[in-house]
Formats: sequence, structure tokens, C-alpha cells
Amino acid sequence: MSIYLNKDSKIIVQGITGGMGSKHTTLMLDAGSNIVGGVNARKAGTTVELGGQELAVYGTVKEAMAETGADVSVVFVPPAFTKDACIEAIDAGIGLLVVITEGVPVQDTAEVWSYLQSDANTGGTRMIGPNCPGIITPGESLAGITPHTIAGTGPIGLVSKSGTLTYQMMYELKDFGFSTAIGIGGDPIVGTTHIDALAAFEADPATEAIVMIGEIGGDAEERAAAYIKDHVTKPVVGYVAGFTAPEGKTMGHAGAIVSGSSGTAAAKKEALEAVGVKVGKTPSETAALMREILQSR
Amino acid sequence: MDLMEYQAKELFAKHGVTTTLGKVVTTPEEARSAAEEYGFCVVKAQVKAGGRGKAGGVKLAKTPDEAFEHASNILGMEIKGLTVNRVLVTPATPPQEEYYFSFLLDRSNRQYLCIASVEGGVEIEEVAKTNPDAVKQIAIDPGAGVDEAKAREIATEAKFPEAVFEQAVTMIQALYTVFVEEDATLVEVNPLARLEGDKLEALDGKVSLDDNASEVRHHEHEAFEISEETDPLEAKAKAKGLNYVKLDGEVGIIGNGAGLVMSTLDVVAYAGEAHGGVKPANFLDIGGGANAEVMANGLDVILGDEQVKSVFVNVFGGITACDEVANGIKGALEILGDQATKPLVVRLDGNNVDKGRAILDELNHPLVTQVATMDGAADKAAELANG
Repeated sequence: MSIYLNKDSKIIVQGITGGMGSKHTTLMLDAGSNIVGGVNARKAGTTVELGGQELAVYGTVKEAMAETGADVSVVFVPPAFTKDACIEAIDAGIGLLVVITEGVPVQDTAEVWSYLQSDANTGGTRMIGPNCPGIITPGESLAGITPHTIAGTGPIGLVSKSGTLTYQMMYELKDFGFSTAIGIGGDPIVGTTHIDALAAFEADPATEAIVMIGEIGGDAEERAAAYIKDHVTKPVVGYVAGFTAPEGKTMGHAGAIVSGSSGTAAAKKEALEAVGVKVGKTPSETAALMREILQSR
Repeated sequence: MDLMEYQAKELFAKHGVTTTLGKVVTTPEEARSAAEEYGFCVVKAQVKAGGRGKAGGVKLAKTPDEAFEHASNILGMEIKGLTVNRVLVTPATPPQEEYYFSFLLDRSNRQYLCIASVEGGVEIEEVAKTNPDAVKQIAIDPGAGVDEAKAREIATEAKFPEAVFEQAVTMIQALYTVFVEEDATLVEVNPLARLEGDKLEALDGKVSLDDNASEVRHHEHEAFEISEETDPLEAKAKAKGLNYVKLDGEVGIIGNGAGLVMSTLDVVAYAGEAHGGVKPANFLDIGGGANAEVMANGLDVILGDEQVKSVFVNVFGGITACDEVANGIKGALEILGDQATKPLVVRLDGNNVDKGRAILDELNHPLVTQVATMDGAADKAAELANG
């Protein structure tokens, strides 16, 4: 078992013909992902050969889904066009939309999120990202850019704001392995949150324990802590990066009025520890905490 | 990017928000001549920080000589660690009433938020604590935006007085235009003033712009960057396309991925506690590539920081292979030659780690020490910086 992504997932790639898109489609195929085609309006009707496979390029997501039965799309299009690519995929009713693109204007993401909440989202699309490494269910499928060689399948569920810290943590715990590792992205607005992933891991029989990695900014970790208290029975260990990051020079009063939290790493650590989550000082210490939990099973 | 008041007001004026631009000057003499034109005026420090008034950076001047004197005192002043290099001189327009108004990105609820209060401008945070009902928070759906009907709803909710109600409706729409058209994450007017004759005007403004959007579709925002306000090392890094932030410490940091680099800073700071309290000197994320040129550019910037005593290169090979990174370090040391003068502690792990470590072992460079773990390498780098 796993969350959101498994061996039956049929994946298309929006932006398959670009540099990033073609490189990572090849790597996804290496990871065993079932890539069934790509989308590029200007190259519709052609094919691309990647990782020894001939993949069809469709003009639209809708067409690609009709022809291939795809239920996951991975987006690699440049930031200026990411919003339109997402809206197109939502209109087509894709199940899972994984947006890798970095540098998307935050108001574009805000509009996409609003669209996902509206009646237009008839397919019940879930978005992961943007600006994220995507999601991997080791041994089954990869929708994103996480190196599949780091760790195999196992009992740990991982959710993280950061890409390289995800890789680092998977590496530290590679002897145990992962049910699913999901990088939700560090942008101010993302589609899937820590809480969404925690809920999914709690419900997933293959996940026995959860690692949650956060970063300074916003109050997602504080919210996740409140959620863990009421809804998560599986052990959770946490790590928060950014204790020594320079304090942002706060502009104006609006932020202070809205958010009860200061958004600092210390505040996040405190919130998590208050609900019984063990928080490591370094990635290695965090991995050691998880190790203890799994060894005492 | 955060804007200064005068820059925010330029955007206000561009989108039809009533405001007075005044004159931005860098010398007391210029302040005097501006005051000669305006008469009774206000001299305001231009820095990207709040609390300017409380710090003594905002003064009323009745005469040109007074404007000269205030400008002399304010220019060069430090406000929250920022040096004041320019002042804004505007005609003094004493408000009859002060209101607060803002649009911002509400990341928790993944939408926009309008905050409005007709009670208290400057002391708004205090009002929010003591009388929260007086500070209205109205959610804005990014898909729907703010049309005239929504602006009326906001003005009604905030209880703008009848005498300025219609002006408020117009101004709310104009401020939303600033927020959306300029891709802002914050547009704040504080105070929004009711002047004599029931005229509504933005007396002060704070705007934060979304850097991603500036990159994608607002190249004109580059004009808001003020070169003398930027740290020279940060400017050099930016010119080379590096994501670098100067900090006040002794251990230079190079890593790949924002999260890992942030974590590296923390780990170095912890390690520094046992080594004379040394701290990280910078944040530098070289991203996925880490080829010789990027590595050389990164090292070049860090070695240009006189405070730096040692450098910690912390790379996890994910998609990037460690042998490529090791070759990058090797190439960078060749490019830099004699300019490379400070010890380098290198921690490589992940993809092709054995090949990577072998390359550096073979190089056997006197400045390079390899340590296998992140915590161990941080300790070594801190120790060397304390030497």
C-alpha cells in the first residue's frame, strides 16, 4: 500500500518535450513508473523516444487521458505557463496533478487553488506542489524528480517541504525504507499540505511511522501539530530547518494581525513537541529518533 | 521584494490610488529646496522597515531650515539596523481621522485577505489586541477578486463614514488593482487618512512584491532595486546567478537545495557552540547542477567575505552525482588558484559517493578535508573557523 500513487498509476507528462520534462521522464521510467504519454500542443501527433520507450505526444490533457486512461499528470512547463497547464489538467479531470515547476507566481497558484475548490473541479483533482520534488512510492512508481535509487520500500511515510532534505532523510533511513515519500513544496501556497499527507499516512496500512520535515515561514507545522494531537495515532518524528535563518524584516502590520504564530523554527518545534512529536536538532538526530521507534516495535 | 514608501506610492499613483508623491532626496540641501516649494512639510526616512516614526525618522518641518535640519539628522540614521540614505519630503496634511487598510496573501487559508479598520491607523496592532471587533478581516477569493460590489461590502463591513464612503469604495478597488496587477503579496495603507474637506488619501504605503512574478512578468520591477542598499557580496552573487544571503559569521556555507542549506546553517551553529561560538557566514544554494563553474563562482563569492575563516561544502547527490560535484570542486580550485586561501571541509553523500570521495582523495589538496557525515563535517568546519 501507499498514498496517492501506486504501480497502477498511469502517468502523463505536461512539458514532456522540454529539457527538464524529457530528462525526468527518462528517470521516472527508470524508477518503474508507468508513463503513458505526454502533452505539448505544438507537437501533438508526434512521438518522443525516452528511456527506450516510444511515447505519444498529445495536444491536450483531455485527449491524452481519453487515449491512455491516464490518472496522474506531472507538470514541467515553465512558470509563466504553469497556471494554464494546471487549469487544463483540472478541466480534464485528472486525479493527481504533480507540479514540479519552480518560480510560479504565487497569485497564479492562489488562482489555481481557488479553481480546485470551485465547482469546476468535477474530477476531484488533488494537486501536489508547485515547486516540489513530487511523490515516490518506492518500487512502484515515481511522479516527480526524487531519485529512486536512494531508498526502497518500507514502513516509513515521509512528508517534507524541502527536496534535498527529503533525499537526505530517505538516505539516512534507507535500511528501513518508505511506503511513500511526498515533497509538498516550500511555496507560500501549495496544493497538498502536511495535514493532508498525515491523514493519508494514518489511513495507509503500509505506513507504520511518519517523518515530517518543515521549514520556517507560515504556520503549516503548527496546524499539523494540532492535527496530530487529535487524529494521528502512528508515531511521528519531526525536523524543522531554519533556526539560524536571518529573521525577515517584517513589513507592515498585516502579518502580525493575521497569524498567531511567529513562523519561526523555534515556534514550530515547540508546537510539535507539545503534542508529543519528537523533533531532532539535525537531520541525523531525527533519523536516529525514527530508528529508535522502529527498532522498539 | 519589499518596497520603500516612495516606491509604493509610485505604484499607488499608477493605479489611481489617491496619494501625494512628494520628493525623494538624498541631501539636506535638496530637502530644503523641496520644503521651499511645499511650505509646511513632513520629512520621512526611507527604509524598508516599520516603526520609522517611533525611531525619530519622521519629522514635521514648518520652515525650509527646519526641513534641512531634520534631513541632516535623519540621513545616516540607523533604523532597525538599516541606514537611512534618502528621505521623502511631502506637504504636511494633518489628518482628521486615521484608518488602516490592507490586502495580503493569506498563506494559511490559501486565499487573499483584506484587513480594514476605521479605528486607529498607526496603533493597529494594539487595536487588534484590545478591540479585535474593530479590525475587520474579509476573505477574498482569488478566483473572484474584488469588483465594485465586493468593495462596497468591504467598505460597509469596515464601517467607513458616509462622508468618505464612496471614495473608500473607489480606493479599495484601486488598491486591489495594485495588489493584482503588480503581483503583490502585501499592499498596506497606514494611515489611510481622512483629510480636511473629507478627502481620503493614502498617507503612507507598504508594498511587498512577489519575486517569482517579477521574474516571470514584471521585469520593470527591477528598477525598484537600489544598488547601494544591497550588500556588495550579495550583488556579486546575484550577478552570477547565485542564491546567496550574507550573514554575520565565520563559516562559509555552500550546499545544494534551500532546505539542506538552511539545515546546514543550523547544524554549523550548533557545532559552533563548542568552538568559540562561531556562526555560519552565509546562505548559498548552488542548486542541482554543481558543476565546476558554479562551484568556482560560489567559492569566489564566499572567499571574498573577509569574515570567513573556513568553508563547509555540503552536498547531497540526489539527481546530481557526487563525482560530478567532486570534479566541480577540483575544477573550482584550479580556476581560483592562489585565490583559494581558506580551508574547505567537504561532505559528500548520496549518488556515486564513493567515486566522488575518491576524486578528492586523489586530488589530495592541502586545503580540502573530507568528512563523511553532515554533523561531523559541521564540527570540523567550526573547529577550523575558530583556529
